[in-house]
Amino acid sequence: MSQTIRVATRKGLITVVRGGEGWHIDRTDFLAQPVSMVLADRRDNTLYCALRLGHFGPKLHRSEDRGKNWQEIAVPAFAAARTAADTRTTADAAATDKDQKAPSVDMIWSLEAGGVDESGVLWAGTIPGALFRSADKGDSWQLVTALWDLPARAEWFGGGYDQPGIHSICVDPRNSNRLVLAISCGGVWYSEDAGASWSHRTQGMRAAYMPPERAYEPNIQDPHRMVACAAQPEALWVQHHNGMFRSTDRGLNWQEIENVQPSTFGFAVAVHPNEPDTAWFVPAVKDECRVPVNQQLVVTRTRDGGRSFESLRTGLPQSECYDLIYRHGLDVDAAGQCLVMGSTTGNLWISENQGDSWQLAAGHLPPIYAVRFS
Amino acid sequence: MPQIRFTANLQRHLEVPELIVTGDTVAEAFQQVFLGNPRLRSYLLDDQGSVRQHVAVFVDAKLIADRTHLSDAVKPDSEIYVVQALSGG
Repeated sequence: MSQTIRVATRKGLITVVRGGEGWHIDRTDFLAQPVSMVLADRRDNTLYCALRLGHFGPKLHRSEDRGKNWQEIAVPAFAAARTAADTRTTADAAATDKDQKAPSVDMIWSLEAGGVDESGVLWAGTIPGALFRSADKGDSWQLVTALWDLPARAEWFGGGYDQPGIHSICVDPRNSNRLVLAISCGGVWYSEDAGASWSHRTQGMRAAYMPPERAYEPNIQDPHRMVACAAQPEALWVQHHNGMFRSTDRGLNWQEIENVQPSTFGFAVAVHPNEPDTAWFVPAVKDECRVPVNQQLVVTRTRDGGRSFESLRTGLPQSECYDLIYRHGLDVDAAGQCLVMGSTTGNLWISENQGDSWQLAAGHLPPIYAVRFS
Repeated sequence: MPQIRFTANLQRHLEVPELIVTGDTVAEAFQQVFLGNPRLRSYLLDDQGSVRQHVAVFVDAKLIADRTHLSDAVKPDSEIYVVQALSGG
């Protein structure tokens, strides 16, 4: 069972550990700073912490000693589309402003390790919707131009944020060149050549929020979160803006899972690392009412590939509950036994029995953006 | 020569002492500062070299007009003041 959980919050990176007397907060790093994502790289135990400073932009820090010391490293960035401001003259300034819409990274929304065979490789998904690759543990980053230059990108739009963003990056453990991305809102994209070329994979997905004649278009799908089974990476699960979807062929075809009680709306999904048919979701009412159904928080679990679901509620608040589990707010450990769930209301629950029962590990935390076992 | 000062809120992230600089524009003044403190650049400017949305730059107590090219004039006795905008939270 994993003993350490990293919790990325609005006001710092909180580390929760399991000691002799149960789970407790061990410490907080980057106190009062917004942490948009955290990655514990299991290949070499390096920790990465992405900040989204309200005034001073996105930042990235790395720790080689499990969080005792941190070093600020390079942050993914777009190349300047014009001469840098610090070399401009007044005459230049008058020339043109046509490039004012050139991109700038607003937030690191996803951060994943490359394969076990590519030491030091990291992938970062950003808002706006770009993918960056590092080959040196974040000392430098390169924009994946084949994705950024896709003509289809013009159809992407913001979902939850003003600009589209990449929140899910699945690297195939069997073949590091195979990548699957999920974008809000830009659908699902697949590469089998480490990002050199891309194809969309949304067949079967449906967008209920669009005019009916456009409902099945690839670029306007809003997968809120996508996860892949580690042992069987062709098995993908998606919590979509208007439903739940599953694929057993790396996203070539998606099956919508309907009639799940209490709701098919939500943000988070987790899949068992060894059992592709076992997955967990955390439902809410609907997009314009983002609270648990009947204000009773439940986790839904399937063990049969989505044919049936159980509602798990032991230990979770069953009245007057406003907690929403955001897209990165649910994780399962490498054994598939322990789950952690953090809410926008600042509650952190842990289950040590696959969701059968939950315990509140910490309450009144800042809004929780992401939780990860490490 | 122009003097440049930074909000104390930056000091928690990196060291930014008050500096005397040269230059006729904010861009030239910033360029000098960044030479000695390259990390500071990404804290004040976005990927395209524009002043970040929630950073405010004053020259002699007046907000600069050109946040894209930083072409606002700086006099030899000017004071440049870099602060966080309250809009950024």
